[in-house]
Amino acid sequence: MEKVIMGNHAVSYGVQLARVQVIAAYPITPQTQVVEMLSEFCADGLLDAKFIKVESEHSVMAAVVGASIAGARAFTATSSHGLALMHEVLHWASGGRLPIVMANVNRALGPGWNVWTEQTDSLAQRDTGWIQLYCETNQEVLDMVIQAYKIAETVLLPVMLVLDAFVLSHTEEPVDIPDQAAVDRFLPPYQPKFRLQPGNPCSFYGLVAPEHWMELRYKMQRAMEQAVEVTQQVGAEFGQVFGRPYDVVEKYRMEDAEIVLVTSGSIVGTSREVVDELRAQGQRVGLLKMRMFRPFPFVAVREALAGVKKVAVIDRNISYGHGGIFASELKAALYGMPNPPTVFPFIIGLGGRDVTPQSIHKIVQYTQQYDKPAEEIIWMEVKR
Amino acid sequence: MSYDVPEQELMTPGHVACPGCGAPMAVRYALKALGENTVVIIVASCWSIIAGPFPYTAVQVPLLHTLFATGGSVASGVKAGLEACGYKDTTVLTVAGDGGTFDIGIQALSAAVERNEDFIYMCYDNEAYMNTGIQRSSATPWGAWTTTTPVKHPKEQPKKDMVAIMAAHRIPYTATATVAYPEDLIRKVKKAKDIRGSKFLHVLSPCPSGWKSEPAQSVLLSRLAVQSCLFPLYEVEHGDKYTITVWPREKVPVERYLRLQGRFAHLKPEDIRYIQENVDREWERLVAKAKASGQEIPSTGG
Repeated sequence: MEKVIMGNHAVSYGVQLARVQVIAAYPITPQTQVVEMLSEFCADGLLDAKFIKVESEHSVMAAVVGASIAGARAFTATSSHGLALMHEVLHWASGGRLPIVMANVNRALGPGWNVWTEQTDSLAQRDTGWIQLYCETNQEVLDMVIQAYKIAETVLLPVMLVLDAFVLSHTEEPVDIPDQAAVDRFLPPYQPKFRLQPGNPCSFYGLVAPEHWMELRYKMQRAMEQAVEVTQQVGAEFGQVFGRPYDVVEKYRMEDAEIVLVTSGSIVGTSREVVDELRAQGQRVGLLKMRMFRPFPFVAVREALAGVKKVAVIDRNISYGHGGIFASELKAALYGMPNPPTVFPFIIGLGGRDVTPQSIHKIVQYTQQYDKPAEEIIWMEVKR
Repeated sequence: MSYDVPEQELMTPGHVACPGCGAPMAVRYALKALGENTVVIIVASCWSIIAGPFPYTAVQVPLLHTLFATGGSVASGVKAGLEACGYKDTTVLTVAGDGGTFDIGIQALSAAVERNEDFIYMCYDNEAYMNTGIQRSSATPWGAWTTTTPVKHPKEQPKKDMVAIMAAHRIPYTATATVAYPEDLIRKVKKAKDIRGSKFLHVLSPCPSGWKSEPAQSVLLSRLAVQSCLFPLYEVEHGDKYTITVWPREKVPVERYLRLQGRFAHLKPEDIRYIQENVDREWERLVAKAKASGQEIPSTGG
C-alpha cells in the first residue's frame, strides 16, 4: 500500500510493522510526530505496545534499556539535545548488548537554539557502541526500522537510524508500506538469549573487574565487525522480499568516475541530481552514499574508491578542532591503500542552511580545479 | 507480640557490606516479604558493591544494576518489559540510597511515581554519599559532620523531607521503616506488594563508617531513632491518610541517639536542644496528621 507520508510518520509505520512491545519517548522538535503517531497507534489498539511517557530523554533510554533487558522489543526516537542527554545510558544499552532501535532526527545542538538539520548530534555519539545508519528518503526510513531490528537482534547491539530534520522528517513523499504478514515472516518475534526472568536468579550489569572487562569489550567490537556483513545480508534479504535491496554503501554512477562525491542523509538525493546533470554533459563524476557510519564499512569503502583520483566528502557536521567527521573517518579508512584518492573535505549546510544543487556543483568545480585541497577544511557558503 | 518473619532467605551470606551496615538487612527483610517472584533493581550506591562483583550475586532473584539517575525510569521499563513477556504479577523492587533518591535520581523517581508505575521503591537512607566516602547529601541531617561538611562548617540545612515529597504525589502507599522493627518493615513491604501502583519505602540505614558509630549498635541506633521520634515509623496512603505504626513506649531524648555517633560529637548542648525542639515539633505535626486521619492516639503518643 502506498501512502504519502512525512519521514517522521515513516518511522512510526516502521515501528508498528516491527511489532514493537515497549516504547518510551519524550517529545523534541523535530522528532515529535514520531511519538505522537505511535501514541495514537497504541491508544487505538493498532499497536500492542506499552507507551511509557517519561519526563526526560535520560529516562527514555533508561526505560527502554529496562524493557529490553526484560526481553521486550523496545523503541524510542529523539533528536539533538535529547540524544545528548541520553549519552550516559547509550553506553548501557550497547554494553548490555541490547537490540534497541532508536530513530534520531538530525538537529543542531545549541547554543543558540537551532531546530534545523545537522549531523553533529548523532556523530558525537559514535563511540557509544551503537550501529549508525543514515537514511536518504522516507522509504528508506521505513524500510530501515524493520531491518534495524533484524540487524540488532542478530548481532546484539543497538541501532540508531538517522534522518535529517525537516528535509526528511517533515517532508511528505510517497512511501510503500509493506504488508504486515510479509514483515512478520521477515522479522519474527524477538527471542532474547539472556533476560531478567523470574525464577532465573541472574545478576546483570554488576561490577566487572579488569580480569573480565577487556573480553567483554573485545566481544562488542567483534559484534560491530560482524554487523557490516549482517547489515548487507539483511539488506539483500529485504530486497528479495520487498523489492528494495540495501547495502552498507551505495555506488551511484561510479563507472570510470574521476571524481566521487561521498555523502550521507538527504544530501545524497541532491547529489544524485547533480551527478546526473554532469554525466549528461559527459563529466566523469560519481557518488558514494554512506548508509553505514558505525561500524565503519572499511572494506566496502576501499573497494568502491579503488582507482578513483579525487574524492569530495560533503559533511554537514563538524568535530571542532578537527573537521568534517565523515571526511576524517574516510581518510583513516584510505590509509595504507595503494594510490589512494585525494580527499577534499567540504563542510556545508550546518544548522539547516540549504544545500542546493548549485552548492554541489560548486563542490565539484572546486574539486576539478585543484590538485589537492588548499585548506584542511573547505568551508562552503560561509560568510567569513 | 507474635513474630511473623518468613524463614525463606533470598539473600545469601557472602555479600560484601561493611559490618553493621543497615542496607543488607533492609533488603534481606524486603525479600523475605516479597518472595521469589521479584526482580530487584539496584541503583548506583553501596548496594552496587554489596551485591557482589561479576560473576557473583548475593541475591537469589534476578537483579539489575543501573545508573544513578535511573531508579524510577529503569523500573518503569523493566515492569513494562516483564508484562510484555507475560510476567504480569512479578514485583519490581528498586533499591537506592539517599543520593540516588533525594538528589540525582529525584527527577526520574518523581516522574515514575506521578505516572503511578507499578513498583516498590525502597530508599535505604544512610544520610550521606557513603559509597564515595561520606559526602553530604540532601538527606544529611542538620549539624552532621561529613567529609564535605567538616566540623568547622557542619551541615546548616535541615534534612529534606522525602516522605512528604512522595506523599505529595498522592501515590497509593508511602511508609518509613527501620531494621530495628523487622515485623513492621516486612508488614509494610507485604502491604506494598499487594497494592497496584507506586509504593515508596524510606528505610533509615545506619552506616558505622560514615556515622562513626559501633557496628554492633546499628540496630540500637535504629531503635533509638524511632523511640526518640527523630525517625517515626508511619505510613501514608494516597497522600493524606497518615497512620503511625510504632508508638514510642517512652519518648527517649534525642541526645541518646546523637551521642552514640561520632558525626555529631562536635555538637554543643544548644545544638542538641535545637535538634530536640525540631524533633518535638515534627512529631507533634505527625501525630496531628494521624489524628486528623482518624487514628486513635495512645496516651504515651500525644
